[in-house]
Order: sequence, then C-alpha cells, then structure tokens
Amino acid sequence: MFGNGTNGKNGKDKPNGAADGAIIALAGVRKVYDTGAVKVEALRKVDLAIKRNEFVAIVGPSGSGKSTLMNIIGCLDTATEGSYCLRGEEVAGMSIDRLADIRNRRIGFVFQNFNLLPQLTAYENVEMPLLFKGAPARERRERVETLLGEVGLADRMQHRPVELSGGQMQRVAIARALACEPDIILADEPTGNLDSAAGGDIIGKFEELWAKGHTLVLITHDAAIARRTRRVVRVQDGAVVSDEAVA
Amino acid sequence: MAALSLIVRLFRGAAKIQRKRMILTVTAIAWGTVAIILLLSFGEGLKRSLAAGRRGLGENIVIIWMGETEKAYAGLPAGRPIRLVPEDVDLVLAGVPEIASAAGEMHNWNVQLVNGRTALNKRVVGVHPAYEELRTTYPRAGGRYIDELDQKLKRRVVFLGDELAKALFGAGDPVGQTLLVADTPFTVIGVLQKKKQMGMYGGPDADRATIPLSTFEAMFGRRTLSNLVYQPTRNALAPVAKRHLMEVLGAKYRFDPADTRALQFWDTIRDAKMMNAIMIGLEAFLGGIGALTLIIGGVGVANIMFATVTHRTREIGVQMALGARRLYITGSIVLESLALTFAGGVAGIGVGVAIVQVLAAVQAHAKSEAMEILGTPTISLPIAVATVTLLGLIGMLAGYFPARRAVSIQPAEALRFE
Ligand SMILES: Nc1ncnc2c1ncn2[C@@H]1O[C@H](COP(=O)(O)OP(=O)(O)O)[C@@H](O)[C@H]1O
Ligand SMILES: [Mg+2]
Repeated sequence: MFGNGTNGKNGKDKPNGAADGAIIALAGVRKVYDTGAVKVEALRKVDLAIKRNEFVAIVGPSGSGKSTLMNIIGCLDTATEGSYCLRGEEVAGMSIDRLADIRNRRIGFVFQNFNLLPQLTAYENVEMPLLFKGAPARERRERVETLLGEVGLADRMQHRPVELSGGQMQRVAIARALACEPDIILADEPTGNLDSAAGGDIIGKFEELWAKGHTLVLITHDAAIARRTRRVVRVQDGAVVSDEAVA
Repeated sequence: MAALSLIVRLFRGAAKIQRKRMILTVTAIAWGTVAIILLLSFGEGLKRSLAAGRRGLGENIVIIWMGETEKAYAGLPAGRPIRLVPEDVDLVLAGVPEIASAAGEMHNWNVQLVNGRTALNKRVVGVHPAYEELRTTYPRAGGRYIDELDQKLKRRVVFLGDELAKALFGAGDPVGQTLLVADTPFTVIGVLQKKKQMGMYGGPDADRATIPLSTFEAMFGRRTLSNLVYQPTRNALAPVAKRHLMEVLGAKYRFDPADTRALQFWDTIRDAKMMNAIMIGLEAFLGGIGALTLIIGGVGVANIMFATVTHRTREIGVQMALGARRLYITGSIVLESLALTFAGGVAGIGVGVAIVQVLAAVQAHAKSEAMEILGTPTISLPIAVATVTLLGLIGMLAGYFPARRAVSIQPAEALRFE
C-alpha cells in the first residue's frame, strides 16, 4: 500500500533517517514564525518521508501546523531548521528561480480558496503555469483544452471565476495544478469551501490522479475524506503524532 | 509575447481599481515632462540666439583699440600714445604666423549722407576687404562687399547697413544708385544681409556706411586706425598670436611687448568661452529644475507601484506558486511602471511641443527686444533624447524598488496576504 516501488533514483543516503527512495523527505524540520514581538514555533522537529505515488492525508486540529508543513513541502516557504530533500535534492540553499522552476514543473497546488486570478478566464488561469514554463502557443492551447475537458469544463473555458460555482472553480484549480504534469499534487483543505457533493467530486478527481501515478498530499480535517486516502499523518502542536496506513 | 498579454490583462485589472491615482500620477509625469521640455527648449533658444548674436560681431576675432604706454621702454617715457596705421595690418600678417586674417578700420561718426531729399548724419567707416569675413558683414543677394580693387583704386563705392539703406532709399534696392557721402558722389555696391548682432562697438553694423579704407584716408585725411581686427589661425593659438603681435608692433613703435596699456584688446574668443561655460551652467540648472519636477512625478509612480504591488500581493503570490520566476515578477512591475511613466511622458511631450510651437509662432510675429534676445524656444535632438532617457530611467527606478520588495517575500507569505 505504500506506493509502488523503490525508485531511489540515485540511491544516495538520505540524511537524518529520511527513508530511502522517498520523493519527499523531511528530517528535523522546524519552522518558527517571527512576527516581531512573538515567535511562533509552528513546526518542531518534523520527520516525514513520502514515496512516489503515495496518497497521504495530513490531519490535525486548526493551528497545528498543517499548512506550514505543506508550504515547506511545496517550496512556498523555507524551514527555519532541518533538512528537506525533494527527489533526493536538498532544497535549502536553492536559488529563488530554481525553486520557482520546481513549483512550476514538479508540484501542483490546490488551495482551499482556489486562488484563481479573478481577472482571468478559466482558460487563462490554467494557461499561466505553461506560460511560466515557456511552452509554445500550440502546446499551451492543446494542454489547456485537454485539461479543462478532463475536469468537465470544456464549455466553461471563457468564464471568469465569478461565473463559476465553487466546485467548478476547484476543478479549474486542479486543471491548473496539472498543467505542467507535476508528479506531486499538494492540496490544502481543497474541499473546505465546498458542499459535500462538490467536495466528494473533487476527492474523486484526486483518486483518479493517484491511480494515474501522481503523488498526492492532502490536508483535511474531514475524517471521511482522510479515510479515502491510503495513509494518514496526524499533526498536533507542530509535531507528527501518528502516521498510519489506512486499513 | 504571451507572457506580455498576461501582464497587460493583470495590469488592466489593477488600473481599474486605482484609476484615480493613476490619472493623477500620469498627470504629474506629464507636467514634469512639459516643464523639462519648456525649460530646456528655452535654454536652447537662448543659447542659439546668443550664438547668433555673437556671430553678428564676428566669430573668433580679436579687436584692438589704440592705447598709451604705461611703462617706460628703451629710454622712452611712459604715457606715449600708440597709433597704428593701415600698413601695420600687412606688418602683422607678415610677422605673426598665428594670425590668419586681419583688417584695419577707421571711423568717422558724423558724416552727411544724402540721397535726393533724404539727408542723414551717420557713421562712416573705412575698412580693408578682409573685414567682411572677420566681422560677418555679408552682402545680401544682388550686392557685394568692398574688394581689393576698390581698395587699390580708392573707388568711391559704399556698402550700406540694411537699416541705413532703408532709411535712405526706402523699400527700393539701392544697389547701383548714387549716394552723396560728405558731398562726394558714391556708388552703392551692396547692402548688409540682416543679422543679429549682440556685441558691438561704434554702433550696429546695420546703421553705418562702409567705404574702402584707402578712400576713407584720402577723403578725410586720416592716417591712424580706429581699430585693428584680426583672427588667429586657431582659437588655441590666440594667446601666442597676441604675444607675437605685441612683439612685432612693440619693435616698430618701441614699446614693451608686456605693456598692457599700449594697445587694448577685446578678445571675443575668451568671451565666447566664458559665455559657453555660463550657458552650460544655465542649461544644467534649467535641466535640473525640469528633472526635479519629473522626479517628483516619478516618486508618484513609485508610490502607486508600491500600492499596486501591495494590493496585488496575493496575485503575485499565486504567480510565484505557479512557477513565475523573479525576472517575470520584477519585469512585469517595471513594465507597468514604464507604461505609466511613458503614458505621462507622451502626453507631456505632446503638450510641450505644442506650447513651444505656439510660442515660436507668437514670437515670429511680436517684435520686442527682450523676446529677440530670449530667442525662439527650440526642441533639439539632445533635449528629446535627454527627456526620453530620463523618463525611462524614472520609470525603471519607480518600478524596480516596488518590484524588489514584491519578490523579496516568500510565496507562502504572499498567499496569506488579505
Ligand atoms: N505567516 C505566519 N506568521 C505568523 N504565524 C503564523 C504564520 N503562519 C502560521 N502561523 C501560526 O503557526 C501556527 C500553525 O499555522 P498553520 O500551519 O496555518 O496551521 P493549520 O494549517 O494546521 O491550521 C498557527 O499558530 C498560526 O497562527
Ligand atoms: Mg491551514
């Protein structure tokens, strides 16, 4: 159940007990937010290894550090301390542009509040990562049309986010996350702003992606959703308190 | 290209929200541009007018007045007057290799000129033919200046200043007509081409009659020159030319070549150099004021860019999350800033050029002396280049600092921004 195989690409030893072959490997990761007056320790000594094609739910109470953890995994933020290896490469010390490229090609994000740009149509939102990648016009068009077709929005391409329902917006966001064919999909409470029907639909979409070989990390506080994944990591007060396979 | 269309779309979104401020900012830039264009083109006009006025006296020339020795020399006492004669011109030309051209002139400031029933008392000067080039007293079409033959044959020919010609002959062409100069009939051979003359001695060239120096000597029984005008071969050689001239003439008239009172010099070359320095200073000053106005507009642009960047932090965060590189983020912000700046710049250049043209047209009609000296405001290529460069620079800087701030924060932080 833990993914399908050991493909430690270069077979290098991962530091601090990160499991061999892990695509995501955090070891002793700490994150302290320094807001001037107070320092908030959002993560304390987190070790976490995720292999290729795992489907992981991160659960825990509000404020426990789930989003912080996901931001670090997604290279949206840097750890205060500790090591994070993505596909065997240490992320700390990478240049801003290198990190941008990693986010562009390796990681797809799905956010609770969709984070679509309201001025742009569904089509343009999905096209953005391809623009940043520098894909040629033809490839962009084909890719965007395919992706929006796959999420069932072929007839909504020229609609702006305000003209779409929550579930439709989140499907646009999923199409956008997949634009550059990343192997990792990170979703921070993707169903949090959706009704249960639309939410179930989105989770169904994630299951499809998992079946296709993507690695998924999904933050949720919905136990029902967590049960549909294959591994549940529980976070509390900035630490991993349990990590078990779903029966 | 595609990325540009994305930038434009996002910019339009931001522009909608900030419309009022953007209009104000663009106006400020436009105003700054108008200011810099007006100030610099007035400076340019003044510079050209002054240069033309200087040219009216003669370019790169030195004018000598007769003086009195101040130092005793070779057994002779101080206080002796030094009086040059026409032959000294040849002496100087032969003895001073650094002098390219020279002419003597004699003045009689109150001579009766009569044409039919019009009689005027005016200045008459006798000159060597080289005077034409030295003092830029060129004839207008249909006439000529005094030449070597006139000088050699002591011809009774007269060259008239344009205003004097008008006063004597009205609108008609005086060339070929006869004019009585102190009761002697003279033939008019040419009329001065209208010119702007700022520096002058013995009245403006426009208001005098000029005859061959030889004729003048014979008619008025004079031997001494009022002035001697010469031009060094090169401006840089002016001091050497002067020293050698003093040596040559000092030997003849037996005065100390270092005696600064024996002859008096008006060095227009040095004047021109000083004037140039003043003009450069003035232009720098005017340009500086204009630039300052423009920079204030630029601060407005930077301000609004900071505001939009803050306003769009989340949008920038989304783009960063999707893999936008640093250059894209900073580039898009700098581009927007340049767009705002150049929008104002284009408007300002349009208004500035229009104002300059209107002023030039007004000035061509209205004749006032002050206006004449001020010259016609002129937009030169360097002014245009300087303005556009400054606009570009301001646009870049006004975008660069907000852009730098935008990329300095982590994407996660940008995405959290409300
Ligand atoms: N940018 C930030 N600055 C300061 N404190 C933060 C920041 N982000 C998160 N925190 C704090 O860190 C802790 C963990 O937050 P978060 O990771 O968002 O938790 P969760 O996603 O599990 O609700 C919380 O106490 C939160 O207030
Ligand atoms: Mg959260």
